[in-house]
Amino acid sequence: MKAAEKKLGLIVNPVAGLGGRVGLKGSDGIEIQRQALALGAVSRSQERAICALERIEPAVEIVAYPGEMGADAARAGGFEPTIIGSIEPGETTPEDTRNAAVEMLRLGVDLLLFAGGDGTARDVYNAVGEKLLALGIPAGVKIHSAVYAASPVSAGDLAAFFLAGRVSRLREAEVMDIDEDALRQGIVSAKLYGYLKVPFQRRFLQGLKTPSRPGERAAMAAIAADVVSKLEDGWLYVIGPGTTTRAITSRLGLDKTLIGVDVVAEGKLVAADVNESRLLELLDGRKAKIIVTPIGGQGYVFGRGNQQISPSVIEQVGKENVIVVSTTGKIHSLGGRPLLVDTGDQEVDEMLSGYVRVITGYDEQIVYQVA
Amino acid sequence: MAQQDISQHRFTDGKPNLRRFHQAKWDEPIIFELSCEGQRGVLVPEVEGEIRKEVGDALATLPESMRRNQPPRLPELAQPQVVRHYMRLSQENLGADLNVEIGQGTCTMKYSPKINDQLAAHPKLAELHPLQDEETVQGILEIMYRFEQMLKEISGMDRFSLQPAAGSAAIYANVSMMRAYHESRGQAAQRDEIITTIFSHPSNAACAQTAGFKVITLYPDEDGYPDLEALKAAISERTAGLMITNPEDTGIFNPRIEEFVRVVHEAGGLCAYDQANANGVLGITRAREAGFDLCHFNLHKTFSSPHGCGGPGAGASGVTEELARFLPLPTVECDGERYYLDYDRPDSVGKLRPFYGYAPVILRAYAWVMSLGAEGLREAAEIAVLNNNYLLKKMREIPGVSAPYAKGKRRIEQVRYSWEELAQETGVCSEEIGVRAADFGVHYWTSHHPFVVPEPVTLEPTESFSRDDLDEYVAIMAHVAEEARTDPELVKSAPHNSTIHTIDHAPLDDPSQWAMTWRAYLKKVGRR
Repeated sequence: MKAAEKKLGLIVNPVAGLGGRVGLKGSDGIEIQRQALALGAVSRSQERAICALERIEPAVEIVAYPGEMGADAARAGGFEPTIIGSIEPGETTPEDTRNAAVEMLRLGVDLLLFAGGDGTARDVYNAVGEKLLALGIPAGVKIHSAVYAASPVSAGDLAAFFLAGRVSRLREAEVMDIDEDALRQGIVSAKLYGYLKVPFQRRFLQGLKTPSRPGERAAMAAIAADVVSKLEDGWLYVIGPGTTTRAITSRLGLDKTLIGVDVVAEGKLVAADVNESRLLELLDGRKAKIIVTPIGGQGYVFGRGNQQISPSVIEQVGKENVIVVSTTGKIHSLGGRPLLVDTGDQEVDEMLSGYVRVITGYDEQIVYQVA
Repeated sequence: MAQQDISQHRFTDGKPNLRRFHQAKWDEPIIFELSCEGQRGVLVPEVEGEIRKEVGDALATLPESMRRNQPPRLPELAQPQVVRHYMRLSQENLGADLNVEIGQGTCTMKYSPKINDQLAAHPKLAELHPLQDEETVQGILEIMYRFEQMLKEISGMDRFSLQPAAGSAAIYANVSMMRAYHESRGQAAQRDEIITTIFSHPSNAACAQTAGFKVITLYPDEDGYPDLEALKAAISERTAGLMITNPEDTGIFNPRIEEFVRVVHEAGGLCAYDQANANGVLGITRAREAGFDLCHFNLHKTFSSPHGCGGPGAGASGVTEELARFLPLPTVECDGERYYLDYDRPDSVGKLRPFYGYAPVILRAYAWVMSLGAEGLREAAEIAVLNNNYLLKKMREIPGVSAPYAKGKRRIEQVRYSWEELAQETGVCSEEIGVRAADFGVHYWTSHHPFVVPEPVTLEPTESFSRDDLDEYVAIMAHVAEEARTDPELVKSAPHNSTIHTIDHAPLDDPSQWAMTWRAYLKKVGRR
């Protein structure tokens, strides 16, 4: 199919990024947005969306919500968009983003391009999950989610490549967000909300740093083969969230709670999506190992997205029984920065710091620093 | 008509113009597709009656089980078609003799003197058969024996094997000897880990894995040096050995190398020095003095033999006396009068390949060393280092280029540069710059995946290239960087003058789409 026959959905979160420049650490919530505007904040999401759209062939059909939620940017980018839905100008809400995403799924757009931040990614994820291919144009204050391209230009290029049929691979990318209320009080607490399906081409996501030879999936399969071959009877395995750890349970023929913690023993699922107290209950008097993977781009091994594995859990299991797995791609995306732990307990963090062996493939490990 | 300055087409304002290159483009099929049943390149004459009577049916001596049921499906073509086919392919190339080949860092693409090719093509060598009786190949055995003595002097090691077919084969020999050593001490089962570094020659990790070891890779410290603390964290009673390159692929010499060797030895491991490219240290440092137990050279890198595509490569594995009994079979020995092959070595790791070494490659390397002499080797290394540091200075003058790590230190024979700054400014990445460089007739290589240095390019100018050559290469880099700022699309849409435009990288990441042979390809596309 030619690009001309493709449909591109466009959602611009007009308030994304408002909070950043005025030091509000985010823009979620109408109160904060008003506060930001009062402080003289200007949204950058329009210009960022236009910047991406300029990379896309004019023959592509764009489906957009009215005005500031997409139609304006589409016109400025040289398109005559098909406009759907309705909004209250100047008073758009996350509900509008969710409605727009659902509507675009229904209309069968080939790709949903959205400009925003982590909050926007969450809204899109909540609305369409993995049913719609999506790609983020980074415009928010917080960009922890891997669904965003490295820059607006990269987002446009990747979308254009995809629409031209030149990108055939997809990947599941993390939708992450920080609890903004907590963050404004100085507490950083990030959560993994889920995964969106995004088109994948090495050069557009995090420059060329996210590699994959012979491919991220093959790398995960090799890691899984290594870990599974070394599982021992009599041990309890606490398996943290992530696509890399999911490869391990898949190899065992088990389902994995993608954003939760599961417990496995003797090749069988003992408990799914457990919380801290359930974990401590299960661990009582048992030999156990923890299998975790760092969060891509950030490098957190503990304390982000896997808080269920609490300091008490880690202490009970012991540092020597923590197994860290990661594709080399994820390690290199850290750009030499160390892996991080933030369990909330200084002593446990210190215990975990130093050098750790990370399983990167079958019989392949790297020794990497944990700060 | 005014008199024309004949140099004008080469220079503008005293600076050399960039060379423009346009590659030939033939819509040339795969040779199998050209096949036409019954065509032949050579008609082999019938055996004369007298000979047939004497010998009988030679094929009858072949056991039934070894005979093919069907003839092999080889392409059938007449000679001129074959010649045309390969001439066309040869034009769709940017070969080592065609360009200022400094853009393939880590490969030591030095010039291979043509006289050495002539020696290798001489019938006295070319017509040798590896199954000939030792008495009839005393000449090449003598050359191998003498070349081993030279390598011993260059490295300080006690014995060498020239049997490895390439660098990786030599590394494989070395890791096999490490295992044999631990086996001889009853520790092979316990010592199953090999430690290497991320900026070492990647063949170390690959060969260690192929040999059945677990591989532990160390990451550099903040300054780009191999991290001694990481080594200490990795070392244990399971360590079989360390396999490390120095200088690493970043061109940075590891100032703590003796400490690395000491830590590994104290833990009972062995140390192998990967000298695939020893071009910056010939005659200056030796593996032995740094305490290594094993080392290896690539004769097709440092020792000027052409690389793989120009003919076979060859590796040389060197060891201390203590490990000599494990060397691959056979070794070349001399009893004072005659040279012979020694297969009677019960502790040997065995053969890596048939016969005793790639004679033409070894001959070229021998000739190269003989033409330079000991002082010449050192001079070659010094010029290579000088060239590299000149290039480093020139490259750094290009806005957007950096040379990460080891600030303020000189590099040895190569540098891994980064275009990260330019990429952030223009959106043009290293790979695209490299492809655009092909429009100016030069080769350019980023670096091994995964990219630890962002937007990398690895340049290694060796001693073969003149200052003009280096200036030309830098001028191309500066020109393309400027284009990235003024006309990024021009760079991103490159190459404009090559046989093949761009290739989709996705299948390279996907083994299910690979086909290594024509037959495998036909199977994948469902034609057979």
